[in-house]
Amino acid sequence: MTKSTKNPILAFFSSVQLALFLLFVLAATSIIGTIIPQNSPASFYAKQYGPQMARFFELLKLTDMYNSWWFLLLLLLFAINLIVCSIDRIPQVIRIIKKDNLAISPERLQKMSLSSSFTWHTTIEMSVDRVHAILTNERWKTTQRDNEQGTLFFAEKGPWTRFGVYVVHISILIILLGAVIGSSMIAKKVLHKPSFAFKGSVMIPETRESEVIYSFKSGQPIDLGFTVRCDFFDIEYYSNGMPKTYLSKVTVLENDQEILSTDIEVNAPLTYKGVTFYQSSYQPYQDFVVSLQNNRTNKQIKRVVPPAKQLEWQEGGISFGIINQEAKGKVTQRVKVWLTDNQGDPSTFWVNMGQEAMIERPSGTYTFNAKQLYATGLQVTKDPGVWLVYWGCILMLVGLYIAFFMSHRKLFVFIQQKGKNTEIIVAGNTNKNKIGFEKTFNRLATRFEATDE
Amino acid sequence: MNSSQLFGITMIAYLLSTAFYLALFLFKNKKIGFIGMLLAAGGLLIQTIGIGMRWYESYQMGIGHAPLTNMYESLIFFSWCTALFYLFMEIKYKARIIGAFVMPFAFVSIAYASFSDRINDQISPLIPALQSNWLIAHVVTCFIGYGAFAVAGSLGFIYLLKAGTEQKRTAAPTLFSSLPELKIIDDLTHKTIVFGFMWLSAGIITGAIWANEAWGTYWSWDPKETWSIITWFVYAITLHARFTRGWGGKRIAWLAIIGFVAVFFTYFGVNFFLSGLHSYGSS
Repeated sequence: MTKSTKNPILAFFSSVQLALFLLFVLAATSIIGTIIPQNSPASFYAKQYGPQMARFFELLKLTDMYNSWWFLLLLLLFAINLIVCSIDRIPQVIRIIKKDNLAISPERLQKMSLSSSFTWHTTIEMSVDRVHAILTNERWKTTQRDNEQGTLFFAEKGPWTRFGVYVVHISILIILLGAVIGSSMIAKKVLHKPSFAFKGSVMIPETRESEVIYSFKSGQPIDLGFTVRCDFFDIEYYSNGMPKTYLSKVTVLENDQEILSTDIEVNAPLTYKGVTFYQSSYQPYQDFVVSLQNNRTNKQIKRVVPPAKQLEWQEGGISFGIINQEAKGKVTQRVKVWLTDNQGDPSTFWVNMGQEAMIERPSGTYTFNAKQLYATGLQVTKDPGVWLVYWGCILMLVGLYIAFFMSHRKLFVFIQQKGKNTEIIVAGNTNKNKIGFEKTFNRLATRFEATDE
Repeated sequence: MNSSQLFGITMIAYLLSTAFYLALFLFKNKKIGFIGMLLAAGGLLIQTIGIGMRWYESYQMGIGHAPLTNMYESLIFFSWCTALFYLFMEIKYKARIIGAFVMPFAFVSIAYASFSDRINDQISPLIPALQSNWLIAHVVTCFIGYGAFAVAGSLGFIYLLKAGTEQKRTAAPTLFSSLPELKIIDDLTHKTIVFGFMWLSAGIITGAIWANEAWGTYWSWDPKETWSIITWFVYAITLHARFTRGWGGKRIAWLAIIGFVAVFFTYFGVNFFLSGLHSYGSS
């Protein structure tokens, strides 16, 4: 109806053809990135596909295609298509919903796909009351209007469900907006504030701390605004040798004050001030973390000890070192320790990683514990858009449910005098699930018919 | 009785069910079809017990987890979802003969799980990445979708078969005349796609949330993710073409088949041909 007056550019951007085209092109081009490995070093492509192909890939950005200008342009067009289409059609839906349904003529009712009529042997006043009672009983909220021919009742359910499809469209826009807000590329290149949104990682050896993380791709350091210390890292294994748990114990510090200590595991990240730390990798070192305690004085130390090096614990009056070790691959199983308090012969003993050893010395008993030094690899992200993405997802599911499984059902009942009797015309229609509504309608029609004693 | 024995019985039940449904299709004897349905329902019941048993067995081994964590278990679950969705549809829409084209999927996937050399049927402990409550939500939502899409693909195939013979306008009843009317197949295809689309969307969303919990990014264009969104696009095209351009019949039937090819690739192709974060699903 408004087609002729519509701006052709607007018509293009609101068209379903464009939507179908974009969905098709997005689907087809997305395949490329699943076949050509993404974000590998340039040398890989030259080796794998030859220098000419590699240059071609570079030209079309096929090596990072989901962030390429043309793929983002497709997504932008998709978003514009959704916006323009919604702006264009939502007013039409409002018009359909606001339509005066009581203005319909009895002839039109009889032509509806669902329509039946019967005669009641009673007065028109009685019939009006009865129709109202039945409809109310069936939970239809009625409006009614008298005209010269008789009385028309109208009732509807779910007119708002016509918006379901636009709820889905808007949810996609919300998700895309969330993705834009959480994009590290935009934080860096548009906002010039990399700390607003980032994805990066950091390797922190046990007992050490870091106040920066390193951005993926660029490798540039990003200031966290606080400090993270790795207190402990451990891998637990199942009896068949498969890894069971990767565990990091970390402490967050601000201005040298310990704020909180917690465990990070895969599937159990830590979020602090909008920054989330995920367990993602680890690195074993040749060094060891040694805890030593004098059980008489309860004094203790914790030190990083390189192998085959003598260390002094002046306060405890102890010298010690790790003089031998047994390892499986890069993982040390047990170490041989040399320890003395300079009174009598030094003690040497084997101890398993992570186990405590009690050492009797002339100066007292000592508890010794060594574990291999690990660095925990944490993936660190700040995504201020993620909540929008989540809300968009929920909205999408709600919208899909409304759009697919709920319908706008209309019911009309017209009552008119026919000699001494009353004629009742029941009619109805729905925009979806015609079969389901037909059942409801037929049940209702039967009830109307049976009401006449 | 252990779970693999129960799955063995299920496999035989599904094979026989397929045979009986095919016999119904060929000879149009209603009793045969009823036996086919009973076999499918019996198989489904035994398979349900088998899945429960495997779950229980994992707890007895001290590594308890839902049996949804490797290719073997996922094939069993795919077979279960397909059979369940099909039986639901048969009862609701009284379209029994379609079983001849759907039950083969349920049979083939459980048989492939049991016999393929590439597939390890051991219950293994969960690697850290899979230790999450999102596991069940993600796998169940995806596979209900996959099951529905398998049925939709079969319906598309049936539609094309029947439409192909009807074009010849032979007066005599053909082999395919026992199939439901084209209009009904078309409507069922559409309903099934709508149902599957809803669950696929939920599957992608639960996957994204889980990825964000485990890896810190809800979308990384990993091949599995990418193929799932390609599949989503294909069905989105199908739904838009139908709702707004009035597509139906053969075109939708073809799209239902293409959609299932995309589903198949998302499920298998990615694991076998491409590498990525979902690699634990491949063996």
